[in-house]
Amino acid sequence: MPRVVLSGNEAVAVGVKLSRVNVVAAYPITPQTTIVEKIADYVEQGELKARFINVESEHSAMAACIGAAAGGARCFTATSSQGLLYMGEMVYWAGGARLPIVMAVVNRALAPPWSIWCDHNDALSLRDAGWIQMWAESVQEVLDMMVLAYKVAENERVLLPVMVNLDGFLLSHAYEPVEVPTQETVDLFLPEKRPAPYWIDVVDPKSYGTIASPDTYMEFRFKLQAAMDEAARVIEEVDAEWSRMTGRSYGGLLELYKCEDAEVGLVVVGSWAGDAKEAIDRLREKGVRAGVIRLRVTRPFPSRSLASVAESMDAVAVVDRSLSPGLPSVLLSEVRNALYDNGKKPYVKGFIAGLGGRDVTPLDFEAAVESTLKAKEDGGSRVEWLGLKGGRDVC
Amino acid sequence: MSVKSLPKEEYWLPGHAACSGCPASLGLRMLGKALGGRFALVVPAGCTTVIQGTFPRTPSRVPILNIAFAASAAAASGLKAAFEVRNLDVPVVVWAGDGGTVDIGLQALSGAAERGEDILYICYDNEAYQNTGIQRSGATPIGAWTTTTPFGKRERRKEAPLIVAAHRVPYVATASVAYPLDFVEKVKKAASKRGFKYIHLHAPCPTGWRFPPSKTIEVGKAAVETGMWVLYEVENGLLKLTGRSTGLWDPAKRKPLEDYLKLQGRFAHLFKPENRWMLEELKKHVDENWSRIRATLERGGRLF
Repeated sequence: MPRVVLSGNEAVAVGVKLSRVNVVAAYPITPQTTIVEKIADYVEQGELKARFINVESEHSAMAACIGAAAGGARCFTATSSQGLLYMGEMVYWAGGARLPIVMAVVNRALAPPWSIWCDHNDALSLRDAGWIQMWAESVQEVLDMMVLAYKVAENERVLLPVMVNLDGFLLSHAYEPVEVPTQETVDLFLPEKRPAPYWIDVVDPKSYGTIASPDTYMEFRFKLQAAMDEAARVIEEVDAEWSRMTGRSYGGLLELYKCEDAEVGLVVVGSWAGDAKEAIDRLREKGVRAGVIRLRVTRPFPSRSLASVAESMDAVAVVDRSLSPGLPSVLLSEVRNALYDNGKKPYVKGFIAGLGGRDVTPLDFEAAVESTLKAKEDGGSRVEWLGLKGGRDVC
Repeated sequence: MSVKSLPKEEYWLPGHAACSGCPASLGLRMLGKALGGRFALVVPAGCTTVIQGTFPRTPSRVPILNIAFAASAAAASGLKAAFEVRNLDVPVVVWAGDGGTVDIGLQALSGAAERGEDILYICYDNEAYQNTGIQRSGATPIGAWTTTTPFGKRERRKEAPLIVAAHRVPYVATASVAYPLDFVEKVKKAASKRGFKYIHLHAPCPTGWRFPPSKTIEVGKAAVETGMWVLYEVENGLLKLTGRSTGLWDPAKRKPLEDYLKLQGRFAHLFKPENRWMLEELKKHVDENWSRIRATLERGGRLF
């Protein structure tokens, strides 16, 4: 397998090419731009046989993908931050229409104030849109996840759009040596022939997205939920199949690092899992039996697997790159929610960190784990802002 | 050629949920006949969303992709791209109201026109947000009553066909449901061209304009005969009057504007003495419109 050095964004573009996408509609936004530049180049050079629709907005990018997917194309778009929110109405439309679109979201903070740097509030704000949400840690995983995303989305038991999330700059612009699967491998894994039950057809005409009365609407939503439940199983199956073909497995919904005997778990999403793992190694040297639980998928939320991993732990620290003002953060509440129904559940402390690209180091993760263990003993605060300047008197 | 010579085959079936005398359902019938039923429709939010009735039934014999209000031109671009990559030669037609075209959908429309997408965009213009209960749109004419202009709209309407023509697309036309043959001819002509095509279809709405449902055609004809609505084509930047509007640049040949206005409740207040200025503004708007058309024709029809 050829090994080349790629950035996260280049890996997305290579994934699009290997997946033989045939319609791309996109609008530029930092830090997503190098994805669409690379794809435009592939299309111009004839390396990717696709229609590239240079739309005038993200709203139109997703609308064009919806039209293309409904017409039977394998399609792709990418965005970030404000672009994703501007697209939001159509993101929900794609989810409700059950169209197997794949979108790369290069995670970036939301304005105001303007920030081009990473956090997860953009994608998490659309967690209820009926999209599968996957999160990559490394450039290699970005590339593999792109191909896997189409395989999951187009599975007839699923038929849902997939968001592939990669941290802005931290992953999108980071270069790593990557094993690029051959086209033959991807063709075997992801056949060009796709399920067609939903394609728009003049011979067998149907009207899509008409009005559903209160008599029928709920069943559409129930089926969406059932497809999400099914997606959890399909993601595990597809991960196993990819592993057989390439030797690379990521664990499906969760990646566990040194969790077998762990008393304390560190729950994270995205590229900083590498720093979290480093922190865990240092803690283990100090005699703290700690492990990392990396959520690779947040929709469908891996509630059962998370609860079963965490039940043998005394405490869990959730380091969250999002804020839900008044809650106070998205993943923290979702993790707590997942653990609540389990008979045996650990103490949970949440950390809000890295908003707007604020740097977080392995030392911060180490401190978060120690702070969680301490809070469990002395009943301290259950939520802490990591690295906040001036503490609570900041304003 | 008469209406009776149109194909008998129907693609928009009875039993749909339109109001009596609805111009949109008339237009959809004619559209189906013009294209022989082999095309796909993209429909944004609007009256036509409701006219289709509720799941799981549809009155349409052509496939319809319903889509969000602002999204039709972009969704149609994607659908056409999919047909192209599947090597299917199937026309994609947007069927959108004036709100979905000249207001909320204008950005996507402009984008698709600028990119030269190979689609036919038809705006059926009932001159307000009729589906949500008769609110003003950018296409509502000056003076018209709507529920959000209770004393009459004070601003002139947007000239959407000229906005689209300024994108230098191969074909732009206006039409009226009162002149079905003219409309059918224009649809056929548009469908024969590659690239972005736009038809702006005048659609007198009995519910919103306050006239009896039996008078849709009469009101539509009066709009053209008085010069309030103009039938024209812009092909490759050249403007040409068509059908009943031919020659109406001469004010002597146009019927008095009152013949059109008095048919409709939405203009009734214009005939009160205190609203005379609004009537004058409306007449001025119509006259200026014709002066511009006349000047354009005198220099050979070149718009751009």
